[in-house]
Amino acid sequence: MPSAALIKEFEAIVGKDNVFTSEADRQSYSYDSAVLEAVVPALVVRPTSTEQLGKVVRLCNENGNPITVRGAGTNLSGGTIPDPREGIVILTNSLNRIIEINEEDLYAVVEPGVVTAKFAAEVAKRGLFYPPDPGSQAVSTLGGNVAENAGGLRGLKYGVTKDYVMGIEFFDVNGGLVKTGSRTVKCVTGYNLAGLMVASEGTLGVFSNIVLKLVPPPQASKAMMAVFDDVNKASEAVAGIIAAHVVPCTLEFMDQATIRYVDDFTKAGLPRDAQAILLIEVDGHAGQVAEDAEKVEKVLNKVGATEIKVAKDAAEKFKLWEARRNALPALARAKPTTVLEDATVPRSKIPAMVKAINDIAAKYNISIGTFGHAGDGNLHPTILCDRRDKHEFERVEHAVDEIFDVALSLHGTLSGEHGIGMAKSKWMEKETSKATIEFSRNMKRAIDPKYILNPGKIIGA
Amino acid sequence: MADLTKLAKLLQELDDQMVGCMKCGMCQAVCPVFAETMKEADVTRGKIALLENLAKEMIHDAAGVQEKLNKCLLCGSCGANCPSGVKVMDIFLRARVIVNTYMGLSPVKKAILRGMLTKPALFNALLDLGSKFQGIFTSKVDDLLGSSCSKVLSPVIGDRHFVGLAKQSLHSKIKALDTPAGKSGKRVAFFPGCLGDKMFVSVAEACLKVFEHHGVGVYMPEGQACCGIPAISSGDRVAYDKLVKINLDLFSKGGFDYLVTPCATCTATIKEIWPKLMDEYPATMRDQIRALHDKVMDVNQFVVDVLGVKPEAPAKGAVKVTFHDSCHMKKSLGVTSQPRALIGMNPKYELVEMAECDRCCGSGGSFNLYHYDLSKQIGERKRDNILATGAQIVSTGCPACMLQMTDMLSQHGAKVAVKHSIELYADSLR
Repeated sequence: MPSAALIKEFEAIVGKDNVFTSEADRQSYSYDSAVLEAVVPALVVRPTSTEQLGKVVRLCNENGNPITVRGAGTNLSGGTIPDPREGIVILTNSLNRIIEINEEDLYAVVEPGVVTAKFAAEVAKRGLFYPPDPGSQAVSTLGGNVAENAGGLRGLKYGVTKDYVMGIEFFDVNGGLVKTGSRTVKCVTGYNLAGLMVASEGTLGVFSNIVLKLVPPPQASKAMMAVFDDVNKASEAVAGIIAAHVVPCTLEFMDQATIRYVDDFTKAGLPRDAQAILLIEVDGHAGQVAEDAEKVEKVLNKVGATEIKVAKDAAEKFKLWEARRNALPALARAKPTTVLEDATVPRSKIPAMVKAINDIAAKYNISIGTFGHAGDGNLHPTILCDRRDKHEFERVEHAVDEIFDVALSLHGTLSGEHGIGMAKSKWMEKETSKATIEFSRNMKRAIDPKYILNPGKIIGA
Repeated sequence: MADLTKLAKLLQELDDQMVGCMKCGMCQAVCPVFAETMKEADVTRGKIALLENLAKEMIHDAAGVQEKLNKCLLCGSCGANCPSGVKVMDIFLRARVIVNTYMGLSPVKKAILRGMLTKPALFNALLDLGSKFQGIFTSKVDDLLGSSCSKVLSPVIGDRHFVGLAKQSLHSKIKALDTPAGKSGKRVAFFPGCLGDKMFVSVAEACLKVFEHHGVGVYMPEGQACCGIPAISSGDRVAYDKLVKINLDLFSKGGFDYLVTPCATCTATIKEIWPKLMDEYPATMRDQIRALHDKVMDVNQFVVDVLGVKPEAPAKGAVKVTFHDSCHMKKSLGVTSQPRALIGMNPKYELVEMAECDRCCGSGGSFNLYHYDLSKQIGERKRDNILATGAQIVSTGCPACMLQMTDMLSQHGAKVAVKHSIELYADSLR
């Protein structure tokens, strides 16, 4: 526990109600969504203004307390698990103001604690569109999305969070306000620090304000589902669609195991013998949508999809998507513990990746359902297990290691959208190089000499 | 430490259910308490983490966990929205019994739950007496809402605008009923519930009027006890068991097709909670509970699904009515279209939906007593949604929600009446 005097100093900044010292409160900020050991913070502080935020950061640095900034705590790689050495959790959920939505210049300025879905809804009310839609968007915060470079289902056509960050104001360890980027489409003023801050997982600075790009929404969309008796054919379909110069807004994949788990759960009568299902949605101008949908259908027929369903209206579209919506709920219900990975490969390597995952599951005698974003090659091999079973969980850990090995051997990457955090930091050097880690550590040491900004994440201790 | 070990052992029986929580945090999106406090220990994921830590003896402050555990509306929104299907209500009710039994009930709770609630005759007599004297201490604030406030009682009840005890309770008007099935061929056991018997007598009377209109026989035995929800949500297993036993003795007789209540909470308790907590009962009681599980039904559902009442087209009358889906009605029982159908039967009314119609009103039974400020903040959001529709009446299927909405609307001076959907339907009958 920090000294009573230090607690008083925090209270003086944010008020007594926003410094949590009780055991119960502190323990409830000791974990996130990653399957990792919890670490109880020494203190939890909740600033209610960005001015307070800067002062809190400075005070932590002065006293050498490691900082872990936390939004909704939905991180899947342990990025929001605090440091065991008198670590302090800083909550952003009271910094939840949308400062501006500019309809003329198509940008918005937000505080870091704004919930993604609420923001997207506010933007939609004004007839505009904020595309990044991570799976946790109903609760996740924009600050967390930027710090993790969150993705989602629309990545292929619309990109991910980094493609929407125009500027960031953040506090350095001394509480100094650093300004980078701007409200303009073009900006080459200084280093692209905003770019550096994206996916920095709280290790380089603490966000105060974020400027996000907005776009006009598509006017129409069309969804379809295709069933395949061979994963290779599904992959050919993905390649064929891209080759036909159609970029679907979503192109989702489910493997046989996932199809069966979803069917067990929903009793929706899914094709249990199918090896893969693709869910495809094209959007844009009505004329273009019709044309694109036709092209996609042609490709699906050509590669030999065994069944193609095209949604005629919104109700049918909703029904088509039901299987995908239920993928995670169905998998999560099957066993107590759900280890959700996000190893990503070039999209042409999906069949090789799916085959390798199935081989690994058989080798270690564990259950894995794989679904994900086929257009991005971003798969979610989801391991279903019971973390209380020590022997099984050991096998799970080996399996995860092998999944990463395979992904890297296929020129893929450790993480498509969940971040490195603590869970994958030991793999960093394998994907990059020794010099990459050294470069990153040198940079961090210069920016954060006391190593207080979310230490232990990405590049290790 | 020895003490904590014992408590931990007891909590370990919940482990199989708690382990299913994958800590995804999606409960934050729907928890009404979290929406106000934005503290992780107030949302389900946090509470489960704390219970797990208590079971593993990783936390020492059991009283701290108890406080968090009790700061929950038991509205079930999280369970209904949980991607991994964690049985949140099971966990929380059992945990409350374990933790609250272990830590001890407050003397006041003990006196009310065990001293009064489990003795229906005494409870009735005390409240009948109370209804005669309540006018002395309270003043009427809103005739439309029938609400009162009290300066004298404010240290106890705060600034609440409450619905007083009825001048005459249902049981003092009608002691008991035992009528044969009429033209419908159906006979129901009628369980008005405490609020239907003692406060919203008009709701209970509306039910009886509807039964009579449709030729439904009624078995309403004397000496009905509370369904047990206040006891079990306070973790008082002793009082709860007594209440269940009293009611089982009454309703294992009577020869009826359905057990009908106008209270979504009572219905959900009998249907969902009684079977969940019956493992330690003798076989005969378990059989009785299973039988009642199949027979118990919300009155809206009974009238629409069993009696077949349904409007050809919803009414488009001059008076706007908006409907609040009570948590127990929608999230536990899955009843949503039936009360709306009944409102649509009355040509005087037109149904207009409010935003977030299924968001909890913040009542949560005794939550309202122990966390009134929070309950009020949650209730004000409901109130604002009601007012935004411009409706003159807000209707619901749960008397506890009626109390809460009355308080919120009355304090705001809003001229919106609060009515049970069965009242609106009964009103359309000659």
